Amino acid sequence: MGGNEEKIRELADRLLRDGEVDLIIGHERGTLPLRSSPCFVTDPEDLDRLIWDPTCDINLAKYLHDREEHIGILAKGCDARSIAVCASEGQVEMDKVVIIGLPCPGVISRKKIEAEMAGRDILDATVTDEKITVKGEGFEKEFPTKTFLDDSCLSCRHRNPPVYDVLIGDPLPEVADGDEYAEVDELESKSAEERWDHFVDEISVCIRCYSCRNVCPMCYCKECFVDETMPAWFGKTNEITDTMIYHLVRAIHLTGRCVDCGACSRACPMDINLRALTKKAEKIARERFNFEAGLSPEETPVLGAFKQEDSEEFII
Amino acid sequence: MSAKVKGSEAEEETSPEGSWEPRIIAFLCNWCSYAGADLAGISRLQYPSNIRVVRVPCSSRVSPYFIIKSLQRGWDGVLVSGCHPGDCHYISGNLVARRRFAVLKDMLEYLGVERGRVNFSWVSAAEGEWFSKVVREVVDRVRALGPAERLVKEG
Repeated sequence: MGGNEEKIRELADRLLRDGEVDLIIGHERGTLPLRSSPCFVTDPEDLDRLIWDPTCDINLAKYLHDREEHIGILAKGCDARSIAVCASEGQVEMDKVVIIGLPCPGVISRKKIEAEMAGRDILDATVTDEKITVKGEGFEKEFPTKTFLDDSCLSCRHRNPPVYDVLIGDPLPEVADGDEYAEVDELESKSAEERWDHFVDEISVCIRCYSCRNVCPMCYCKECFVDETMPAWFGKTNEITDTMIYHLVRAIHLTGRCVDCGACSRACPMDINLRALTKKAEKIARERFNFEAGLSPEETPVLGAFKQEDSEEFII
Repeated sequence: MSAKVKGSEAEEETSPEGSWEPRIIAFLCNWCSYAGADLAGISRLQYPSNIRVVRVPCSSRVSPYFIIKSLQRGWDGVLVSGCHPGDCHYISGNLVARRRFAVLKDMLEYLGVERGRVNFSWVSAAEGEWFSKVVREVVDRVRALGPAERLVKEG
């Protein structure tokens, strides 16, 4: 963004040629309009594949797991925080990673743009920091990028990576304007019954494709609790309590680890608002334990620690 | 009233008068709460017979899965009890568990599972009287809520 692609390529070129890293992980143009794909470059000649624009919505920290080589990775604020969480959990060795930090004004929400299309297919699109131009059969439309950003980005608190080795581009004002907990607060103000009905409604469409889990950099267990068979804790069916429990436990597992990158919501094919759950998990970590995930690779995971004075108003 | 999982340990229970009686599963730590329950017993203290006790080595042995699974299997209420903070046989098991339970309880209530279904307490080996009070309190809470329906797997 902001014409920094050249600078990114130059730096990546130097890192690869100097042998400082064996691999660069970034984004490249996707095969469909408005989409980007993760991009793995080992040959400096291939570096022109790298892009950096508001379609780069994938959390690249996902691809750092189980890697032997030295890696240079492009990181938005949320990617960098995810890397820090993974490092604090011993999943990523910071010595083997060069984080190329990118201040990020936000990524676009394809779902919001598609909602404007009234079912017509987008065949071509160009996205800049200012505007999104989409073309299809017999139409061409323009949208301001700012109003079609992903929900997570509208209330992002860390647009500049808190952890990086090199920063490319000028730091942005830290706080976005949105009220990040508006949705959680609204749900909390309702009765338990209303909330239950709301979540049954929301989650009953889940097809258990596990996209949310598969895009999440924090979901790196070799065997997920829903896949376990000895013992088989929870059912693998579409039955509502099984699905509810999957989402409930996922949210619990993400408490104090979720950085609200929004990747799960963007990946959901059924358009389930997963942020309503992850945001609550984040809120619990902040309010109960005064903890914000991903600010440093040295932090102790919140559920692996305790304080004598932790709140216990819920104990009889 | 919801149908419970057939043949499960949490099938409906009725009192001699035929009215519904809550069934509550209690996870008690071996070193404090289980001994506290023992003391209540040998002191001949009365408390409702609605609880079924599972003895665990420490409150931190209680995974959130135990609690969620109990709810899904149709238990009307859950009680987890451990040593008071500072008294843990394993030094800090209950303090780690406390954070985990706080998160679980907040998330369950946020989803819409009624407050009072899942309960936590600290009971020491010397607190037989307190144990019987805790059980009475939990049974009252669950009785007021009625049979569990949310998160209960049907059929």
